[in-house]
Amino acid sequence: MTTHAPRSKPVAGRKIRVTIKRAEGPGKPFRWETFEVAPEPGGNIISLLQKIAADPVTVEGRRSTPVVWDSGCLEEVCGACTMVINGRVRQSCSCLVDDIAPNPGDEISLEPMTKFPVVRDLWVDRARLFDTLKRLKAWVPIDGTYALGPGPTETAGQQAVRYVLSTCMSCGCCLEACPQFNLETDETRWDKSFIGAQGFSQARLFNDHATGAQLKSDRLGVLSAQGGIADCGNAQNCVKVCPKDIPLTESIGAIGRAVTLHAIAKWFSGRS
Amino acid sequence: MAQHRVIVVGGGLAGLAASVRIAEAGLPVDLFSMVPVKRSHSVCAQGGINACNDVARQQGYSEYQHFDETIYGGDFLADQPPVLEMTNWAPKIIDLLDRMGVPFNRSPEGRRDLRLFGGSLFKRTHFAGATTGQQLLYALDEQTRRYEVEGKVNKYEFWEFLWPVITGEGDARRCVGIVAQDLRTMQIRAFRADAVIMATGGCGLVFGKSTNSIICTGGAASRCYQAGAWYANPEMIQVHPTAIPGADKCRLMSESARGEGGRVWVPRKKGDTRAPRDIPDAERYYFLEERYPKYGNLVTRDIATREIFSICVDDAMGVGGENVVYLDLTHKDPDYLTRKLGGILEIYEKFVGEDPRKVPMKIFPAVHYSMGGLWTTYARGAFRPGAPAGEHKSGSLPPVGTALGVGMRYGAHENMRTNITGLYAFGEVNFAFHGANRLGANALLSCLFDGLFSGVSVVNYVREGEPAAKPAESLPAEVFDACVRQETAKADRLLATAAQGPGGPETNPYVIAREMGEEMTAASTVVKSGPRLEQAAAKIASLRERFSRVRLEDAAAWSNQSLSFTRALGDMLILAQIIIRAGAMRKESRGAHYRVDYPDRNDAEFMKTTCAAYDPGAADPHQITYRPIDADLVAPRARTYGKVDG
Repeated sequence: MTTHAPRSKPVAGRKIRVTIKRAEGPGKPFRWETFEVAPEPGGNIISLLQKIAADPVTVEGRRSTPVVWDSGCLEEVCGACTMVINGRVRQSCSCLVDDIAPNPGDEISLEPMTKFPVVRDLWVDRARLFDTLKRLKAWVPIDGTYALGPGPTETAGQQAVRYVLSTCMSCGCCLEACPQFNLETDETRWDKSFIGAQGFSQARLFNDHATGAQLKSDRLGVLSAQGGIADCGNAQNCVKVCPKDIPLTESIGAIGRAVTLHAIAKWFSGRS
Repeated sequence: MAQHRVIVVGGGLAGLAASVRIAEAGLPVDLFSMVPVKRSHSVCAQGGINACNDVARQQGYSEYQHFDETIYGGDFLADQPPVLEMTNWAPKIIDLLDRMGVPFNRSPEGRRDLRLFGGSLFKRTHFAGATTGQQLLYALDEQTRRYEVEGKVNKYEFWEFLWPVITGEGDARRCVGIVAQDLRTMQIRAFRADAVIMATGGCGLVFGKSTNSIICTGGAASRCYQAGAWYANPEMIQVHPTAIPGADKCRLMSESARGEGGRVWVPRKKGDTRAPRDIPDAERYYFLEERYPKYGNLVTRDIATREIFSICVDDAMGVGGENVVYLDLTHKDPDYLTRKLGGILEIYEKFVGEDPRKVPMKIFPAVHYSMGGLWTTYARGAFRPGAPAGEHKSGSLPPVGTALGVGMRYGAHENMRTNITGLYAFGEVNFAFHGANRLGANALLSCLFDGLFSGVSVVNYVREGEPAAKPAESLPAEVFDACVRQETAKADRLLATAAQGPGGPETNPYVIAREMGEEMTAASTVVKSGPRLEQAAAKIASLRERFSRVRLEDAAAWSNQSLSFTRALGDMLILAQIIIRAGAMRKESRGAHYRVDYPDRNDAEFMKTTCAAYDPGAADPHQITYRPIDADLVAPRARTYGKVDG
């Protein structure tokens, strides 16, 4: 959510403690390391990690290695740098140190997301997120890239709805916060595992497009099968952690209704 | 029958457009990216994508005028025929994106909305909120995923390109694959391909803090340069006028903020400490509007940047005496702003903590885009006027229509090919289209145009050129194995330095990178001079010497990011050298390249492409020469944007 807590005045020149949950690789044991860092004014978690990388010495004086983490745009539009900061999943680029550790000695804890396998340290493998987009045929089935004139027209209102859904950067915050979505390292089980809010919302995005709707029935078939919308426990954690304020619970509702109508239509048509 | 394959390196807009186009033509594509392609740097593009459209057309605008604006905007350094083909294609590209489902903003009637952008007096920029690049990339990402499911595109995500595999010597050189490294397992291996397309973007990280993503090191382009590909116009680096300075990067504040009415100003009184809203209009200096009454805040980026820089640095009129000016949207309706610019206002809010709907934004220029890049050629199209045209006046009949192939010959094997057969460069990594300064909202266009137009050239080359007789899969293994050995040795050498223990700041890769960025930003961005560039050359040489002694702090054989970063640092230092060298040799001012000691444009000597070639055997490996440009469509004219004195 984009709500801003009023900022208490950060103390200039302070040192803070950054405690990081690290692992050498997938399946390797976790360990915690703490570094003392002097944050730069206006700096974010990324700038702390960059400082640590340049001189990775723990508070015990032990020389460690630069922390491994995923990052890209650093302006909260690529989704790469997602991690669990002080127990809350969010992008580390848009997490400002002045906001969460304004005083000398304040502590920040950094952990990798738990619903995806760790690659190393704070870097996790979110391939399953993209696999979900394949499972749901999250695309518009165009007739190729030849010049065939404009696409379907839509109203400004329809555009506004689709645009917000389309700002989903596949960061995985909604899945990390979801009680129904669990770590699954066995790829062969992904197509039976819970889809989660990002997938529901992307399915809605493409079902709502005139050409994208050509695949609506396929999508609703997946969404009504195992791992689909029926498994959603309606905890509504997803919408609270979405950094882009995507109305995920509205999408869950819309998909729920569509799946019901789809089932009724199938029942009347006599096809299974 | 031989199974042909094409490798695309980079999964931003250019790489994905190429992948889709080539897969559609029936050739399998191996797509390499350091990040999941949906996280590529194209997501950061905000403002929009330019194309002539029905409304502008009826106001007298045309594809040809878009062409003329782009050439003038680029200060007559671009080869002109490819630009003509690109602007002619632009409306078709918008239609295609529309069909892919890009949520372009809509007018009340449900048509695609348009906004103003720099360097034009016509609304010709299409947009999806203020995250147009993200929306375009996602559309291409979705189409690519569709082909991935069909088995036509094979993705290698979290793989880093290390080296192009090249057979033969001199003009007989041919690129037949790449060596790449899996950034998780650290495996280094070769991949064969009948053609390789580099679509790896720009090199902003050479300047330390820029608007670029952390992956935009230019490392891939530098490696191609070191392997024999030419690098053109390295000195042409765009500094964007409006960015939010930050500790880790400078965040872009899109030109669309000005396109939607944003005004740039400083207090008229130096050291005025009043809050911005307490300063009455008459006491505000809207310096762009006063100096450029015709274009106002929408002068081109190089000009806006120099004016802001000059207000702050020369005149010391920056807000609060700092290097900051106001970018003000507070006079606009907040709901309108959210609808048109929500994405960027949110960035400002999140990173600065103030609402730009209520308080003017504080901004300063930052390195943004590489007009220069790998040198590429093309086959000229059919349009050859007897004499170059003058400035194109809106409403007048363009000298040429929009038929396919008037600018570039469609499907010709050499379109956007480097000087090495089989090695292509698409998107920001090449030097085509933008000359000495890129117009806002032309970058997304050039990326897509390269992928869609020249993607067909690659297909034709593979089916009709050298690979038809001698497919990559039939070549002996030795040439591939040799490249793998070379790259493995490089990686092993760096990894071995970790055993020596830390060597202090002198040999720390992160410290060397920071010093490189600071020096490059200070010496080779908004204002350059011969003596300062000479000083920078010495500094970069000393950093290269230190780099030869660099020490890693991580010897891990698994997911070792320090290795990847440090290797790229070595490649960035090489790019830094040619950026400086070319800047020192270009003794004139043109577009983004401004020399205080040579403030005028000098067409007689320098209306030419800077071309750097790397000779690893020479005492001085950087060989810089000048190549003539195709400039017979539009005659050069003074580039003033209607500036008035005072």
